[in-house]
Amino acid sequence: MQLLDLTIRQIHEGLKSKKFTSQEITKAYIEQIKKNDGIIGAYLSLTEDLALEQAKKADIEIEKNNEFPLLTGVPFAVKDAILVEGKIATAGSKILENYVSPYDATVIEKLKREGAVILGKTNLDEFAMGASTENSAFKITKNPHDTSRVAGGSSGGSAASVASNEAVFSLGSDTGGSIRLPASFCGVVGLNPTYGAVSRYGLIALASSLDQIGPFAKNVEDCKIVFKVISGKDKKDATNQNYNFEDSNLKLNGLKIGIPKEYFQEGIDKNVEKVVKDAIKKAEDAGAKITEISLPNSQYAIACYYIIVPSEASANLARYDGIKYGFSEKSAKDLLEVYLKSRGKGLGREPQRRIMLGTYALSSGYYDAYYKKAQEVRELIKKDFVNAFLKVDLIFSPVAPFTAFKVGEKANDPLSMYLVDMYTSAVKLAGLPALSLPAGKADGLPVGLQIIGNYFEESKILSVAEELENLL
Amino acid sequence: MISKEEVIHIAKLARLELTDEDIVNMQKDMSAILDYFEILKKAKTSNSKDQILQLENVLREDEVLLKRSSLAGDLVKLAPERKEEHIKVKQIL
Repeated sequence: MQLLDLTIRQIHEGLKSKKFTSQEITKAYIEQIKKNDGIIGAYLSLTEDLALEQAKKADIEIEKNNEFPLLTGVPFAVKDAILVEGKIATAGSKILENYVSPYDATVIEKLKREGAVILGKTNLDEFAMGASTENSAFKITKNPHDTSRVAGGSSGGSAASVASNEAVFSLGSDTGGSIRLPASFCGVVGLNPTYGAVSRYGLIALASSLDQIGPFAKNVEDCKIVFKVISGKDKKDATNQNYNFEDSNLKLNGLKIGIPKEYFQEGIDKNVEKVVKDAIKKAEDAGAKITEISLPNSQYAIACYYIIVPSEASANLARYDGIKYGFSEKSAKDLLEVYLKSRGKGLGREPQRRIMLGTYALSSGYYDAYYKKAQEVRELIKKDFVNAFLKVDLIFSPVAPFTAFKVGEKANDPLSMYLVDMYTSAVKLAGLPALSLPAGKADGLPVGLQIIGNYFEESKILSVAEELENLL
Repeated sequence: MISKEEVIHIAKLARLELTDEDIVNMQKDMSAILDYFEILKKAKTSNSKDQILQLENVLREDEVLLKRSSLAGDLVKLAPERKEEHIKVKQIL
């Protein structure tokens, strides 16, 4: 039996019937990471001691009890922007290179309570700013399907860890596409939950009106198992909603699926379009009713997004001041120099660019033209989706206009990197949930189908994705 | 096109020390991105206030939560400059 190919449920059954132990499976994953990750670069740090200790504890639980949670003893990876107590959390930045997390994020606390095993922390674009992980201050994560290409970003390490069998599942965060895009590029399932469905307590903030934590997994069922555990009310995140996930048995037969015409226009790669359209055809063959819909304001999503995110980021990143924690420039002579030099040297190009854009957009005289305008446009984008969901149950679209691009291809052109999020950012501005489902390959590289649902209707997305997964 | 002086001014507001080379690159990148934002002028927004995201305040009780006693020390330990259990900063006045 190939331990590394097993899904969460298969591992659970195996542990239950004593076919193997959590320690065995954890060691198999650690071995795979040590053997394979030199090429892929999914991890920034391993938490081997913690993993082995948790696996041992899980095995004791399993020995004692006949019934135990599905995630007990299951090894997973964590985006390095999510805090694990006592472990380094860099957020992919030099400024946090030696930052030791003083507490657990709520999602980590929940997964620990289930008995899941933490393998390590995964690579990301610095402060989750990017679409390729090339903005990481430490390394570039390669695409497991073709190592000359990017894994996507910003949660590239989390996606690649699952795609290369270096974790059973992983956690990432999505601000504009950072879960769905790498999931699409790496050929794994990735879920961006509704804004407010999962607590962000312990997630290093990028843009607080958009950030959400979500899972990557080998299949839809695994994704659902993890989402069920991490979602729900947490007093420590004021935006978090009282949300109880209930399984849906929604089927493709009779389902109304909206296809936004604007998401199949100029810019989309023909072969990617074909894979997505074939998937839509399969849904139609299974009884779904396909309706063309219009999301006319989505054309403004990127511009709107890149005003709102830098504005919020410029405020969120003000905390990195060389005083409280993180890198501090020793040569500074006075307090102002501590700020200027620590931030000048400690932050990479993309965070600096966004802090500058945000500071500019929020500065006196420009606020109305940029930030206020963007908020108004955001409302239009949201209304498009609200109107669409009056007519359809789910919306299908591509995740990205193309497959994984070459390392270096867009690295020096920030605007072309921003445009990668053209099909994912509008969904975020509206605060909606969406999943990337592997739909097939174009020119040998994975293509994701984006399944967008109405607010807090992850159960519908997951139910339909599970049915479609078996048809593709 | 954003001017070099504007870039320097914004960097000062943002508390970022940029090298001369950084300033040149930033001027180029910001100008391209700000030009792209022009597309928003086409969006048919009405200027009314009720259009802006309806956000509501979320309030909670101000209560003392029990935390492990070592947490305060661990937080202070993260500071780059310390004196005993205090965070040290440069002289301000």
